[in-house]
Parts: sequence; structure tokens; C-alpha cells
Amino acid sequence: MPASAGSELRIVGFLCNWCSYGGADTAGVGRFTQPTDLRIIRVPCSGRIDPLFVVKALMGGADGVLVSGCHPRDCHYSQGNFYARRRLEVLKRFLPTLGIDPKRFEYTWVSASEGQRWQSVVTKFTEQIHALGPAPNQCRSAQAPQEAERSAG
Amino acid sequence: MKIGVFVCHCGSNIAGTVDTAKVAEAARQMPEVAFATDTMYACSEPGQAGVVQAVKEHGLDGVVVASCTPRMHELTFRRTLERAGLNRYMFEMANIREHVSWIGKDMQANTRKATDLVGIAVEKLRRDKPLTAKKFDICKRVMVIGGGVAGIQAALDMAEGGLEVVLVERSATIGGKMAKLDKTFPTVDCSSCILGPKMVDVSQHPNITLYAYSEVESVSGFVGNFDVKVRRKARYVNWEACTGCGLCMEKCPSKKAKDDFNEQIGTTTAINIPSPQAIPKKAKIDPEFCRQFTKGKCGVCAKICPSGAIEYDQQDEVVGEKVGAIIAATGFDLFDYTRYGEYGGGRYPDVITSIQYERMLSASGPTGGHIKRPSDSKEPKSIVFVQCVGSRDKSIGRPYCSGFCCMYTAKQAILTKDHIPDSQSYVFYMDIRAPGKNYDEFTRRGMEEYGTQYIRGRVSMIYPQGDKYIVRGADTLLGTQVEVEADLVVLAVGAESSKGSPELAEKLRISYDAYGFFMESHPKLKPVETNTAGVYLAGSCQGPKDIPSSVGQGSAAAAKVLSLFSRSQLESDPQVSMVDIKRCIGCGKCIATCPFGAIEAIDFRGQPKAQVIETVCQGCGICTATCPQGAIQLQHFTDNQILAEVNALCQQALEVNFE
Repeated sequence: MPASAGSELRIVGFLCNWCSYGGADTAGVGRFTQPTDLRIIRVPCSGRIDPLFVVKALMGGADGVLVSGCHPRDCHYSQGNFYARRRLEVLKRFLPTLGIDPKRFEYTWVSASEGQRWQSVVTKFTEQIHALGPAPNQCRSAQAPQEAERSAG
Repeated sequence: MKIGVFVCHCGSNIAGTVDTAKVAEAARQMPEVAFATDTMYACSEPGQAGVVQAVKEHGLDGVVVASCTPRMHELTFRRTLERAGLNRYMFEMANIREHVSWIGKDMQANTRKATDLVGIAVEKLRRDKPLTAKKFDICKRVMVIGGGVAGIQAALDMAEGGLEVVLVERSATIGGKMAKLDKTFPTVDCSSCILGPKMVDVSQHPNITLYAYSEVESVSGFVGNFDVKVRRKARYVNWEACTGCGLCMEKCPSKKAKDDFNEQIGTTTAINIPSPQAIPKKAKIDPEFCRQFTKGKCGVCAKICPSGAIEYDQQDEVVGEKVGAIIAATGFDLFDYTRYGEYGGGRYPDVITSIQYERMLSASGPTGGHIKRPSDSKEPKSIVFVQCVGSRDKSIGRPYCSGFCCMYTAKQAILTKDHIPDSQSYVFYMDIRAPGKNYDEFTRRGMEEYGTQYIRGRVSMIYPQGDKYIVRGADTLLGTQVEVEADLVVLAVGAESSKGSPELAEKLRISYDAYGFFMESHPKLKPVETNTAGVYLAGSCQGPKDIPSSVGQGSAAAAKVLSLFSRSQLESDPQVSMVDIKRCIGCGKCIATCPFGAIEAIDFRGQPKAQVIETVCQGCGICTATCPQGAIQLQHFTDNQILAEVNALCQQALEVNFE
């Protein structure tokens, strides 16, 4: 189902200020149409992203979380995205343990010049989340523990 | 806390697809929002005055502006806040233009999304604290990387302004591509006559240190305090002693070395000075061709050198330089013409590049200024120029226009007629792009006065026939196929980013585009700045440029550095990390991860603790995400602030209903 056809889902994006936030700006300047589900939180560097933020978002009601930073070796702070890559890769493998479908979380690298790439990243990820449907909400649903177990199994 | 929210229409840029009045209305319901309004242009003078007035009228403690990207106007509004008497960090911006109104047309969805973004900005602002900048000393020296015309201009301007300049050039002489040109368009000035004196100025200026035949190895530090390591490649000649007399070149028995300065038209000696106008005018040995290196015996140059400058055992040397700013002026490379197999470049000796042709036209070039076919040294009478070789061709990944090829082709056609009056030049072109001052007039002169035949269309194939070449192409104006018989074919090669640009960009921590050209901070308003403070761009490393633009940008970059250094101290961004000494367990993880060495270990009442050196911290927050105790927090981006944003997004906004 195309993302635009259904009702909106809740997707949180953590973007580094230098590359990906710039890339999202470039996509805007280029008027590259995107699904509206994603809301962006700006952080200085992908290395600033504590995996806890992602988990909190997913446990707190987000249907998907997208992290995007500078391409490896192209970090404004020289090494931040390397730290991010390690942490986020571990997090991705750890998510099932928390009862969260790891497909609800992605991390990518988009540079400030890659407006078109940002458009396709957002569109693809939004479609992926729509395919999964709304997340079984940990906070709002009384069934949360069982849900967690089911997805973990 | 009292918060004011301003939702900008940005004309119809935002208001066209976002109901800004409704966003402001929704904002009024948000916690601690005391005032909310929509405004036509928040960044305009009346818009900013409105913010100042509202702060005073309603006693606001903080402001949210929902408008464009903070990368554009965050600083503008921070200054507005200061004018209103608030701390500049009590400000948040919601990006409802680039991230909302420009990427979707659904008014309802956009309005909802804009409201959400205002919501997270309000939640963050509620946790913002006033911050004050610290001052730090700066090193008023500057490094220019690349000694082409842009780098030379920048170096001279800054040296004249009283700054110490370190100029690093990869090849053995400065001058770049311009030094290889015979004449320049549209004035037909002699290139080396206008560049030569500037090159000499560089070598003689007391404020300029020139490292030729050197490359930047690593860059660390930050604006005002960069540490750059420069690798001075082994030249096997002591440049302190070498006088540039050229005796070694006369006597060197190995005459097969690649002549890079002459674009491989002809060869040079294994020990060589790149050109008679080289700066520095010093010899270097090409060990690949030197008999002392390849065969282990020769030593002719060492015997003949009157100043005893030959040092066969010389090694690369790495020197450290402390500078406060860096200008990248690394220029461009020419497209590899052999990639067009159908043109036969590289296979047919008489299909050459424009820069090789330029060397042939030059009196100091390998043919002494005589146009000769490389195959048989005969004077060509029919010369075909093929434009857009490596420009405006998506299929080879070069969709951009290189900008100067139309002009240099017109110039070369004109010069050809001067050199060989009974010759005929043909130019295959797609469009003629001659937008500069006197440029279009110049190409017309080529056609009208010098009889250059312009044929509009691409060349499909070049093949030899007898001792001539047949250039087959389309004439799209006549709508027919044409074939032109040529003695010599000159391919007008386009520009591409210079080799190693991505690597240098990584060292400088600046961005580059899909083609490897360095990215400016803003394509319109910050053409010489980068997003890394203290690093500037000049010339074709940012995109193909002709000489006047390169010189202009070189001067612009120099002016930026001069204005940066006009202050004795810089203010550091106070968005730095802070250690909560009570929580810190002294594990040292933050010290190990900090890319800038901005965290030091201290002894606090007998306990090991971490401490941030505020003027060194760049505010990336890697330490904050690393600390197992949450003891080190990046100001303005604390865990609590980001989690508050997450909460605002996940829990509240879905309930906002506009139907």
C-alpha cells in the first residue's frame, strides 16, 4: 500500500544537523514530494543518538524510527557516525528482545547534497512501516506484555 | 516559563499548503505558551520587530519560530532574541517549510505535521537554559591548499593583509591549470604574462611559506586552532641549495620521463624543472625514470650540479603547521578522454585534448609554439574541435556543463588561424554557452572574422582514413549527417573534481557533492564558506570555473579569513558538553571517544573525574551518548531535551484534530 493512501502513521526521524538534515532541506528546496508521516528531530551528530532514544520512541508510541547521518568517513565531527553505526547495529539486533520488530527501525546515510536520495529513503521507509501497520503500542495497550512476547518469539 | 510562538507564512511558501492560523491556534493550547500568532515574513524587519515587541509586551522567556530550516535563519532569530533582551539560546525553530510545506500538498496533513513540529520545539524550549559563550585565542595564520590561480590570489590577498600564509601545492610548481595555458579568453592575454608575476610574488612575499610538491596529510583541531600535517614528498634534490640553473637537465641521460607540465606531449629528463616559469624553480628527480634509482648507477646530475644539491637518499618529510583557517583551492582535473571509445582518444595519435593543444600553441611548450600533428609532425590544415567531451552527458555520469569549454574552443580556433593562416577550423557543438563579459562577442568574432565553422551536433565517430581522420557527426540545424576530413582532432574535455577530493574533504570535515566537488555552505549566499567553521573554498574545487570567477572567489575567501582574523579572540559556541561531577564515576569513556581531545581527566578531592575544555569542545555529543552514567550532557541537546521531543511526538500530537 502506498504510504499516502492510508492514514498517517507515527514515524520519528533522528537526523544529524550537517548531512542528513541538510539532505532533507535539499529535498525540500527541490520540492521532492514525500509522505508526511515522518517528523524530524534534529541532533548535532548521529553519534549523539543514544539507542535509548530509539527504544523510548518505539515503546512510547512511534510506529517507526529512522536515523540518518553523514556517510561513513564524511562526518562533520570526524568519527561520530562510526560510533553511531556500531551502536545502531547492535540496537537493531537487540530490538526483538524488547518485543519490537526490527523492521520498524532503520538507519541510513544521506549527505547534504542528496535530496533525491532522502526522498527515496523516506518514501521507502514510510512504505515499509505502512506494510507493517501501526505498532502494538506498549503504553496505551493493556496487552503490551503479551504482544511483546509474540513479536519476540 | 512564558513561551511565544510565531508561525511564519513565508508568503505562500508555507501558507500555501499549511494553515498557519490553525497551527498558531493549536500552539496556544501547548504548555507554557503565553502567546502565539502567525506572521507574514518572520525574518523580515517587521517580522522580527513583532517578535521583539511580543517578548516585551507579554514578558516572554523564550521563543519558537516555525518557518524555514534553522540552517538558514537560526542565527537571525537568535540575534532578534538578544535585541529583545533574552538569551539567544532560549530559542527553538520548527522547520515547517523545507520539511513540510515544500514536500507535500495535503493541507490537513501538513497542518498536523507543522503543529507536531511546533509541539516538539515547545517541549524542547521548556527545557532550554540560557548559555553564554566563552572566548578563546586564535592563531592568525592561514593555510591555502592548492597553488592554482585561485589559491595564489587568496594567498597574495591575505599576505598583503598582513597574515602569515602557508601555501601547499601538490605538484612541483604552482600555477595550476592556468600556467599551462597559452592565451586566455576573451582578451587573448598571454596567460603566463599575467600569472607569472603573481607566481613570483608568491615566492618572494615575506608572509608566504610555499610548500610545493607537498600534500596535506591530516587536519585536526577547529576554527582558530587547526593542526595540519603536511607531507613534503622526497625530491631527491636539496631545494635550499638548488639554484634552478638547469645544468642537470642538460646532462641527464634519461630523457624518457613523463612530462606532466606538457600534458605528456613529448617527454622530459628524469631530473627536471617542470617549466621555465616554474615557481619554485627547483629541480626534482622522477625516480621511476632515473638511472641512479632504476639501475643503481649513473650519478651524472650529482657530478654536474655546481651547488651539490643532489641527495639521492632524501626521504619524505612530514611537517606540522598551526593555522587558524584553511582555504581549499584544489582545482579540477580534466575528463579522461579515452572513455569515449568512439572518438579514438588514446588510440589515434592525432586525436588530442584541448590542454595538449594548448601546450602546443604555447611558445614555451614542447613544439615551441608550432602546431604539429603528433604522428608525423606535419602542420595540420583542417582541424576539428569536438565540444562537450565529458560535459552534459548523463550516460557517463557528467550531466553538468563544465562552463569554460565553449570559450576555450573558440579561443583555440582563433589562435589556430593566427598560427596557420591557410587552415580551416570546425567546431562541433551542442549549444554555445558564453555568458561572461565580452564572451559572446568573442565567439562571434571567431565565426565572423576568423571563419571558424560551427556545426551544431554531436560527433558519433572518428576514424582514420589514409593519413587523415574522418569526423562523422550530426548537423542538427540541417537535419543531416555530416563528415569532416581532419588532419587533427582536438577534444574539448570537460572538468571533473580533482583526484583525491573526497579524501581531502574527509580530512577537512567538509561535504562534497555527487561528483566530488566541495560543497559550499549555501549555494547563493555563502558561496565560499563551508559548514565547517574556518574552512573556506576558492576556485574550481567547488565546481568548474573560469579564471575571473576563480580569482574572484580566491579574493572572496581571503576576505572571509581577514574578517575572521580581524578579532583577537573568537567566541566559542556554548552548546558544549558539561560534566555533572556528582554523577561522574571517572571511567574515562568520554575521554577516549572525544574526537577533539576536549575532555581531560582531573582529580576531584582524590577521585578521578572528567572535565570538558569548553573552548575545544565542538558540541557533537558523542560523549553524552557514550557516558554510562548520563553524567556528561551536551548543553542544548541533553538527554532530557531529546526525550521530551520524542515524547511530544509519540504521545500527544495524534490527538490533535482539525476536522
